[in-house]
Amino acid sequence: MSARADVLARIRGALEPAVAVPEVPREYRGPGAAGETGSAVIVDRFCERVAEYQATVTRVSAAELREAVASLCRGRGAQRIAVPPGGPDVLAGVEVVVDEPPLSPQALDQLDGVLTGCALAIAETGTIVLDGGQRSGRRALTLVPDWHMCIVEASAVVAGVPDAVAALAGAAAEGRPITLVSGPSATSDIELDRVEGVHGPRTLDVIVVSA
Amino acid sequence: MKGFPAAAHETLQNAQLRRNLGKATTTIRAKRLRAVGELPDWEALRDAGAAIKARAMATLPEQLERLEESVTRAGGTVHWARDGAEANAIVAQVARAHGSREVIKVKSLATDEIGLNDALAEQGISAIETDLAELILQLSNDKTTHILVPAIHRNRMEIRALFEQTIAKGEQLGDEASAIAEAARKHLRAKFLSVPVAVSGANFGVAETGTVAVVESEGNGRMCTTLPDVLVTVMGIEKILPEWRDLEVFLQLLPRSSTAERMNPYTSLWTGVRPGDGPQEFHLILLDGGRTNVLADEVGRQALHCIRCSACLNSCPVYSRVGGQAYESVYPGPIGAVLSPQLFGLDVHPTLPWASSLCGACYDVCPVKIEIPSLLVHLRGRVVREQKRRFSGERAAMATVASVFASRARFERAQKLARLGRGPIAKAMLPGWTAMRELPDPPKETFREWWRERSG
Repeated sequence: MSARADVLARIRGALEPAVAVPEVPREYRGPGAAGETGSAVIVDRFCERVAEYQATVTRVSAAELREAVASLCRGRGAQRIAVPPGGPDVLAGVEVVVDEPPLSPQALDQLDGVLTGCALAIAETGTIVLDGGQRSGRRALTLVPDWHMCIVEASAVVAGVPDAVAALAGAAAEGRPITLVSGPSATSDIELDRVEGVHGPRTLDVIVVSA
Repeated sequence: MKGFPAAAHETLQNAQLRRNLGKATTTIRAKRLRAVGELPDWEALRDAGAAIKARAMATLPEQLERLEESVTRAGGTVHWARDGAEANAIVAQVARAHGSREVIKVKSLATDEIGLNDALAEQGISAIETDLAELILQLSNDKTTHILVPAIHRNRMEIRALFEQTIAKGEQLGDEASAIAEAARKHLRAKFLSVPVAVSGANFGVAETGTVAVVESEGNGRMCTTLPDVLVTVMGIEKILPEWRDLEVFLQLLPRSSTAERMNPYTSLWTGVRPGDGPQEFHLILLDGGRTNVLADEVGRQALHCIRCSACLNSCPVYSRVGGQAYESVYPGPIGAVLSPQLFGLDVHPTLPWASSLCGACYDVCPVKIEIPSLLVHLRGRVVREQKRRFSGERAAMATVASVFASRARFERAQKLARLGRGPIAKAMLPGWTAMRELPDPPKETFREWWRERSG
């Protein structure tokens, strides 16, 4: 008997006599129940909670975006910044490295930072969500460089986790990789205390753009 | 195995361990209360989490077949393993097929459980742990004491000293935790950028979409699941979630219960192989490894609902004093006391169901409402029934009590005896117990005597 057949047979045997299949009570706040996507109170909450993770948050209008990015680059002394192909075109005063053809991990490691957009953001948890699409880029791009600048459209900030999971159902069904990012890389392994900065980007700057 | 009483006796001698553990668990308990208190629907989320897990277990064959189909459709390869040895052999075979003498690893309890690192070493393949706490254990040849933070028993001064002797030789790291983290970053970066095969565990596997999730903090999980050419994931069959939507519950329950954060820094969700993005070869190993034995116990099967958050460890008055090594298993604490005997055998861990005061703190904090105290009592019964040669004293005492309670005459004689026996006889029979406690006075007259006198 194959391992597959064996394991399945053992499970069926273990579930004899027939086990009741419970209905799942979903009395918790589901999609739409915790606030309106992109509303002022939700966007405010997102900004407040991202900042609590030691990420910086800059709030700008669409017209101010270019200058805000330039100012962040100057502040960090950055010279070479990567962007995903088809990603945000707002960089000025730095060398822009487009991830096409895809940069090697070693090349990504030599960059000063990366600028991307995101699929959406979650207010309650201060999370940005990358979905491997045009705005987010492929996974390695936002992982290897030590600095990640992420542009979040205010209209894409959802209230809670259930809103995000519902909005991402299509991406998951298509097989797109999804990464939830809540603040810069951190560890709780030393005395259960959250310390920023291990393997992922040690600096996360979030730019929230309102129409 | 020494057994819990002997092992706990040893760990209790270590004052440094108790200090480190006491400090860490006290901090995390307070933080968890804040993180959980922030959500108005926490109890509803727990109810949903418990039901989703029960549903997944009740329909497990169907769910695993769905998962296999979705992962295969998305370009992954699904393997089944009856036990750890089979799973280890599959990992070794994949690594060899790619000519790799090294694999990088994301922290995974399933792979610790099956001894993957040692099995790979026998095949000449070294497994490099990339989680900070796992790295600390690997460098110091130490054993895990906590599900989430395996090196919780080591404080920052000890970790600093270890790193200065190993991965940061000749450097002065300073006392800041960030300097310690930086040393780990430098040490592992070259490996992330070059090793072609990675091994991970899985927090969740979604049957509907074929999506696998790894929840982490440091970014080592993202590195391992993104940069190598090949990814092998070892997933216990109980990690399955039927629907994509179920993640909306668990992505709230898990981070708030484990690190007591609104959300952990990184959660990676991938589905098979994505052309041009991440590993171009993906293997998912579905591991039984004793889980079907747990499933066969109608009461005990609840232990399979565990999402490895470690809230029960942090809240347990026994765990926070004796530490994880007293449980002699990769699963310590209250959940370990119910999971290890079922997974690895009642004969291997016959004392663990007694490693608890049954205070119930573990149930109160469990995000999926596992009734750990009831399971402990159930397993105590099973140990006494099934491990006949062990605990013969207790068996004999219980048999006597049963016989006394079964007959009126014997019961009344026993009551008389109790009045006579209190004092010297009782003290001789229960020396340890009466040294610290007052034995209650038996009443001068029993209810039956009073009744007979009143009606006669």
